[in-house]
Amino acid sequence: MISELHDAPATHPNRVSDTPPDGSPKVPLPEKWTKHKASAKLISPANRRKYNIIVVGSGLAGSAAAASLSEQGYNVKCFCYQDSARRAHSIAAQGGINAAKNYQNDGDSTYRLFYETIKGGDFRARESNVRRLAEVSVQIIDQCVAQGVPFAREYGGLLANRSFGGTQVARTFYAAGQTGQQLLLGAYAALNKEIAHGSVKMYPRTEMLDLVVVDGHAKGIVVRDMVTGKISSHAGDAVLLCTGGYGNVFYLSTNAMGCNVTATWRAHKRGAWFANPCYTQIHPTCIPVSGDYQSKLTLMSESLRNDGRCWVPKRKEDCGKPAASIPEEDRDYYLERKYPSFGNLAPRDIASRAAKEQCDDGRGVGPGGLGVYLDFADAIKRLGEDQIRERYGNLFAMYEQITGENAYKQPMRIYPAVHYTMGGLWVDYNLMSNVPGLHVLGEANFSDHGANRLGASALMQGLADGYFIVPATLPNYLADQKPGQYQDDSPEFKAVEEAARERVRKILSVNGKRSVASFHRELGLLIWDKCGMARTKEGLAQALKRLPELREEFWSNVRVPGSGDTFNQQLEQAGRVADFLEFGELLCRDAYEREESCGGHFRSEHQMEGEAKRDDERFSYVAAWEYTGDLAKPKLNKEWLEYEEVHFSTRSYK
Amino acid sequence: MPPLVQYLIRFYQSSIGKKIIVALTGAALMGFLVAHLLGNLLIFSGPEAINGYAKKLHDLGPLLYVARAGLLLFVVLHIVCTIQLVKINRAARPQKYAVDTVRQATKSSRIMIWSGLTILAFVVYHLAHFTWALGNQYHDPGMARYWVEPGVHNVYNMVIDGFSVWYVSAFYIIAMFLLCSHLNHGFSSIFQTLGLATPRTRQPIDLAGKLFAWGLFLGNISIPLSILFGIKS
Amino acid sequence: MADSKSSLDLTLNVWRQTGPDAPGRFETYAAKAIPETASFLEMMDIVNEDIIAKGGEPVAFDHDCREGICGMCSMVINGMPHGPKRGVTTCQLHMRSFRSGDTIWIEPFRATAFPIVRDLAVDRSAFDRIQQAGGYITVRTGSAPEANSVPVPKPDADASFMAAACIGCGACVAACKNASAMLFVAAKVAHFNHLPQGRPEADSRALGMVRAMDEQGFGNCTNQYECEAVCPKTIDAEYIRQLNRDYRNAAAKEVVGI
Repeated sequence: MISELHDAPATHPNRVSDTPPDGSPKVPLPEKWTKHKASAKLISPANRRKYNIIVVGSGLAGSAAAASLSEQGYNVKCFCYQDSARRAHSIAAQGGINAAKNYQNDGDSTYRLFYETIKGGDFRARESNVRRLAEVSVQIIDQCVAQGVPFAREYGGLLANRSFGGTQVARTFYAAGQTGQQLLLGAYAALNKEIAHGSVKMYPRTEMLDLVVVDGHAKGIVVRDMVTGKISSHAGDAVLLCTGGYGNVFYLSTNAMGCNVTATWRAHKRGAWFANPCYTQIHPTCIPVSGDYQSKLTLMSESLRNDGRCWVPKRKEDCGKPAASIPEEDRDYYLERKYPSFGNLAPRDIASRAAKEQCDDGRGVGPGGLGVYLDFADAIKRLGEDQIRERYGNLFAMYEQITGENAYKQPMRIYPAVHYTMGGLWVDYNLMSNVPGLHVLGEANFSDHGANRLGASALMQGLADGYFIVPATLPNYLADQKPGQYQDDSPEFKAVEEAARERVRKILSVNGKRSVASFHRELGLLIWDKCGMARTKEGLAQALKRLPELREEFWSNVRVPGSGDTFNQQLEQAGRVADFLEFGELLCRDAYEREESCGGHFRSEHQMEGEAKRDDERFSYVAAWEYTGDLAKPKLNKEWLEYEEVHFSTRSYK
Repeated sequence: MPPLVQYLIRFYQSSIGKKIIVALTGAALMGFLVAHLLGNLLIFSGPEAINGYAKKLHDLGPLLYVARAGLLLFVVLHIVCTIQLVKINRAARPQKYAVDTVRQATKSSRIMIWSGLTILAFVVYHLAHFTWALGNQYHDPGMARYWVEPGVHNVYNMVIDGFSVWYVSAFYIIAMFLLCSHLNHGFSSIFQTLGLATPRTRQPIDLAGKLFAWGLFLGNISIPLSILFGIKS
Repeated sequence: MADSKSSLDLTLNVWRQTGPDAPGRFETYAAKAIPETASFLEMMDIVNEDIIAKGGEPVAFDHDCREGICGMCSMVINGMPHGPKRGVTTCQLHMRSFRSGDTIWIEPFRATAFPIVRDLAVDRSAFDRIQQAGGYITVRTGSAPEANSVPVPKPDADASFMAAACIGCGACVAACKNASAMLFVAAKVAHFNHLPQGRPEADSRALGMVRAMDEQGFGNCTNQYECEAVCPKTIDAEYIRQLNRDYRNAAAKEVVGI
């Protein structure tokens, strides 16, 4: 356990410290994981059943971890707010999962996947974690295929690949436009196998309300049964948070309606450091907003950019005209123009900002001028409509459902939307947070994507963490723990439980005038406006001033109908929004303090010819925020990033 | 209990198991219907043909009873399994929707239990009419018209007389229509339930089912119609 | 950002029920000025906001991803699970499919195996229990062979994928007059049984999942294929035929002991 992170080394960024701040072994990078596994502590098979592991969340990371730990012999309790583990939001990932298999013989390797992920993350990811991720990626595909994940195949019966943004090789494995669902069904099947075996107990429609920390160690959680309203405690020997990201702080995002920050935020308030919250990913290809009643945004897979070309009219006055009537020479294929070597497959942060630039320039298309074209006319001419239908049929159908437009006949209109959050709870090389026993997996942690995630890497990380990393590293913690130290009714649990009940009572007793959704919408607009695709010091300062006011108004004027002891969706939502209102402040503060632009964090003051301008000298650290009891004054801990294999360079896709 | 019996019971207890039994007995009963129709159609070849055929059947002796017992077993299994399935189905969906919307279920598939029960009622009536001769004089030894020779029925005359009554023919035709409906769905269902249809053969099977059902209907009603309209007398 | 397109005034008859054993009834709500570009669930959001503003309790309904893949949304609209359009979930249904002045009946999925939680939300955990009875391939993490060591013929991979597209929403059950789960179970069995990896457990899977299905209180398939017509992922009833076949073979083998 690392109790304190290193101060900035004097010679940074070139220096590498003697004891890696992430707790990984001090050996050359490619040997780290092997060495770490070889020297990891073990728990004998007979003793494993004495340990109770609590897994919160049943997405790729949660289901995979719960199933894999159960296979090893641990007792696992798994919780999810959905009515079935299968519905966790990993299900919605469309495009694919990366793995350095090099089946395409196009020069891929573990090193290249590692390097591209570091570069894609704008040199703000931790080298050791990313190297391990790339290494484990190949095992994931083996595992999934054995589980029966129906990946796309070639006629010879072997696996097919496609390429994704930010890479120049085809290493993405996919199952049409629903890779996330197929991978989750694989993990869910593994989970079902273990539930049938009796070593995993599943708690659907159950939401975590708080973390229980006893003597500095995470020893359990307090949950609410969303059907009966019953609040209860679950003690365990370790807690794994696999609860996804916080994109819904923006209200409109591609996240599911129920995605929330509560689990990680509550853990943060119990002592866990929240790292890099300002690294949020805006996905370039989403369906534009159509009205203020809108509840969520729909992503169109990045894979569309393999065949679709992004453009806007060169002249503002052409924007209102039908796309077909604008001749070729009057179109600005801005991605191809600005980034000739990657073209339409530029990474997400870059493609999003480029779309925003065109719209800010008054050349956006569609309602409100907030959209750009994604045009398939050339691909249809080249490959035929049938081929395009085979590749993207479900996406085109989805687009037509929502917009009423046929994208085979006219270009799609797309606009960036919040999609993924790279920040999350700080973890060490074992995926354990600074609170011993509390492990954080998948999107909920901060570790692998730096300031920007490459396409098809979220699924890879979730499954790597769940199937292969935590099952190997958890014993490092458990081995020093006496199993079953605490029971559900230990006094430490009862106290947290009572606090959770009190909070529910408090929310219900406000009985004000505004709906929960109206607060969420206002919060989202504020964050999108001040802490969205482009951020300024001034705007962030405004947000930091406004947020406490909004929070104040929430607690004095929110109306939550119904009672706490029934199925009450407004109450659930109110609890989540209350946490978002607090979290939003940390998000803006992190963005405010990070006086540079990198990846998804773009500070307008820090740019160079429209591109993000990093400041490695001052900011090549992980900002790990510590809750001090005062939301306005969190403590900043810095983990300076140390690069042994890659070297800081300006990220260019030109 | 021997394992064989245990597993047979388990098979019977499962939903698909019962449906397979319904399908297999349904197929056997369809075979019977075809044979029955072909026999009946001999009426168009004149009294000798059909009476001779009836005598041949009669002369089978104990074999005839074996066949009848088998038929009865099929009918009973078909009906018992179906009623059990219907009971499960009703329990599975006790409440109807406020708006009853049908997307693609065929009419005949939706009235299977009613067409089936009507056919059952008809079969009972049919047996009472011709086999047990209730309410008529077919078995009266004094009625020479109904005997070719002592112990050998004149089936030809029995049929002509039976169908000469308009409401008997009407009931017969209605029952045959419902049988046609029942078979229309039943035929293709057999292939589905036994797992025999394939995407490529589904359409031809549906078509064959329709042809079969209508063929049987037309074949069967050709007899009362030709009697009613005096083509046969 | 407001769209200039027209808006709709609707009358909603919505099923309200406070719990699984409570009596239920239809309540009528006026949905005014609903934008045509809104989704059906966004229309429900607007109506709920109105109910909350008037001091009432909003209509409970399940929903999550709102993009047609999580399978959580579940209502029956004018007698049709997921509404009148083919191949979509309720969350993908947009109000342009309706006309101003329409009366819309909104009910929960009705099946004994799906008890009502509240209003339009139902408990579909029976589906999870069916899958726990064999809806997996027994492979331990870390024991998998190299992914390309077992080629899967593309037609098999495609057939498996098309079955695996099932989102477990339960519309098939809701549409079936017998509340049969055959299409769901068939899709889940076919997903694995079409793959070489799934063959070793093909028989036990078919037997186990069909028996679990029966135990959960679902009805039986009467080959009417209403399920296929409402399936948001347009899963073919051909998979039911395959399940019948797989079950037939497995049961026959079980009876005679091979």
